[in-house]
Amino acid sequence: MTTTNPGQGATIAADAEAQLLDMRPRQTQVQKLVAFARSKPLGAISAIIVLLTVLAAVVSYVVPGVLPHDPLDVRAHEDKYMPPQPGAWLGSDHLGRDELSRLIAGSQISIYVGLLSVGIGVTLGALIGILSAYIGGAFDLAIQRVVDAMMAFPPIILALGLVAVLGGSANNVIIALLVILLPGTIRVIRSQVLSIKELDYTLAAQAIGAGSIRIMLKHILPNVIASYIVLGTITLGFAIIIEASLSFLGVGVPPDIPTWGGMLTRGTEEIRIAWWLAVFPGIAISVVVFAINFLGDALRDTLDPRLRGR
Amino acid sequence: MRQYAIKRIGLFIPTVLLVTVIVFVVMRLIPGDPALAILSADDAAYTEDELRLLRIELGTDRPLVVQYIDWVSGLVRGDFGTSFWWGGPVMDRLGERIPVTIELAVLGIGLAVVCAVPLGVLSAIKPDSPIDYLSRVFTLVGISIPTFFSGILLTLILIRSFGWLPPLGYADIWEDPWANVKQLMLPALALGFYDMAFIARVTRSSMMEILREDYMRTARAKGLAERLVLSRHGLKNAVLPILTISGWQFGRLFGGTVIIEKIFLIPGVGQLLIDAVYQRDFPTIQAVIVIVALSIVVINLLVDLLYGWLDPRIRYA
Repeated sequence: MTTTNPGQGATIAADAEAQLLDMRPRQTQVQKLVAFARSKPLGAISAIIVLLTVLAAVVSYVVPGVLPHDPLDVRAHEDKYMPPQPGAWLGSDHLGRDELSRLIAGSQISIYVGLLSVGIGVTLGALIGILSAYIGGAFDLAIQRVVDAMMAFPPIILALGLVAVLGGSANNVIIALLVILLPGTIRVIRSQVLSIKELDYTLAAQAIGAGSIRIMLKHILPNVIASYIVLGTITLGFAIIIEASLSFLGVGVPPDIPTWGGMLTRGTEEIRIAWWLAVFPGIAISVVVFAINFLGDALRDTLDPRLRGR
Repeated sequence: MRQYAIKRIGLFIPTVLLVTVIVFVVMRLIPGDPALAILSADDAAYTEDELRLLRIELGTDRPLVVQYIDWVSGLVRGDFGTSFWWGGPVMDRLGERIPVTIELAVLGIGLAVVCAVPLGVLSAIKPDSPIDYLSRVFTLVGISIPTFFSGILLTLILIRSFGWLPPLGYADIWEDPWANVKQLMLPALALGFYDMAFIARVTRSSMMEILREDYMRTARAKGLAERLVLSRHGLKNAVLPILTISGWQFGRLFGGTVIIEKIFLIPGVGQLLIDAVYQRDFPTIQAVIVIVALSIVVINLLVDLLYGWLDPRIRYA
């Protein structure tokens, strides 16, 4: 553009801006979902697997009648150690209980413990992370030293110690998981906030006199939401593995409640005579965790490409 | 280097202290009164005098700070207290178990590195080849399968296809080294499976990044043999992140040994910890947790120092 008419230039600039704004796809939520499924087919399949698992857990808890048999009924099948066959699709266990019903019922504990511990843990971790980075100084230093020290404990070993002192129950497993999940979450969110804190819009907000709480809620929080969602998804898989490991070791949820980890213990003991008892719960855990991890990766790429490779 | 080492060790000391404080808080404060727990086990009747005497015997009548200092000074001298379970010093049994677990972990990480590095390098120098695809599928599967399931699957495959049975007794390495290694190979493989996948992934991405560097082109342009280009200029530079990750993973392995020792019936520290949890033997649990955590802090320190020594950029950062 070679004309020097300032008025015309401004109009053209305004038009260009309007065009740019129009070019931004205005998608409904459904369209966004479709776009996500198109660009990340594996992520979408994973999302369906995760949703189905959650659905199975909730429905079988609310309406136990949907299960083929009562998961605790030792007379569900005539025989113990029945291999998978029509009518007993995943076989029967050492007491004659129905393996399929137990597998579906077992998802309840995994989902309950996983969702609750991640929901509380990642939220709390994010809040502490934001505060730690924003306040800085001695407070930040103290939090970071504690986080460093907490990171030195292998998750399973810390969980074993906590469950030993608290006693074995689903809610105590959740408390143990909170302690395990907090340090990592605090660290990731803190490092994000540290960089957001230095960005121009945060400085601008400070310059026009916005208070600390307003800046944290209005300017920092919305910018860590993506990491929050991604972290929540990825740690969900981790939480499910830890719960299963504790149940596998026989110290988590009481043994009379069906859990995938608990079923796996029995499966390992009987591995020579009944392979299906070890394989199906193992596949259940692996598939769900695999799907959650895939979904987490897909969400990360979609929501916040900056996080890639972290 | 000295400045870097001093700075890094300066971070190490508060971490060590905090680790002991955390263990103390978790194991001593949360459970409440151990004397009461011992006496009221199985709903047995007891008198106030018995309770007071047991508190004095266990030392829990003293202020918490005194108890903490007493415990830490014991740690320094290698005294981990007396077990509630068998009544002897915790160190007696722990001492027997530690070498077994270390051997398992070293074998595990060793197997992982030995298999993962060539796999990652091959995968990086021939991207999108069949080997690359195979290795990418392997790493994805390896990262997603939990440790206990890979152990169970390995056992199952061996039982089904070779009629192999897991040995029940544990062979001591000093008495029968061959039987010992034969016995630990499979558990070590199961233990290191995740790390193998993880290290292969890191090797691949680290190597691919290096392959794009200008000095690789220079090395080829001056007519250096491809083998030398890859080993001297490529792998040598890619080895740093691999080393760091392997070091961190080695610490993480101690968590996995708990599960693997249970599946394969290996009398290591993990088994001791699980048995102590079943027996509610707090001094033993406390000792195992603090030893494992402190070993990891020390391993991380060594890895960082090694990293700084090998890569000057780290020192001056």
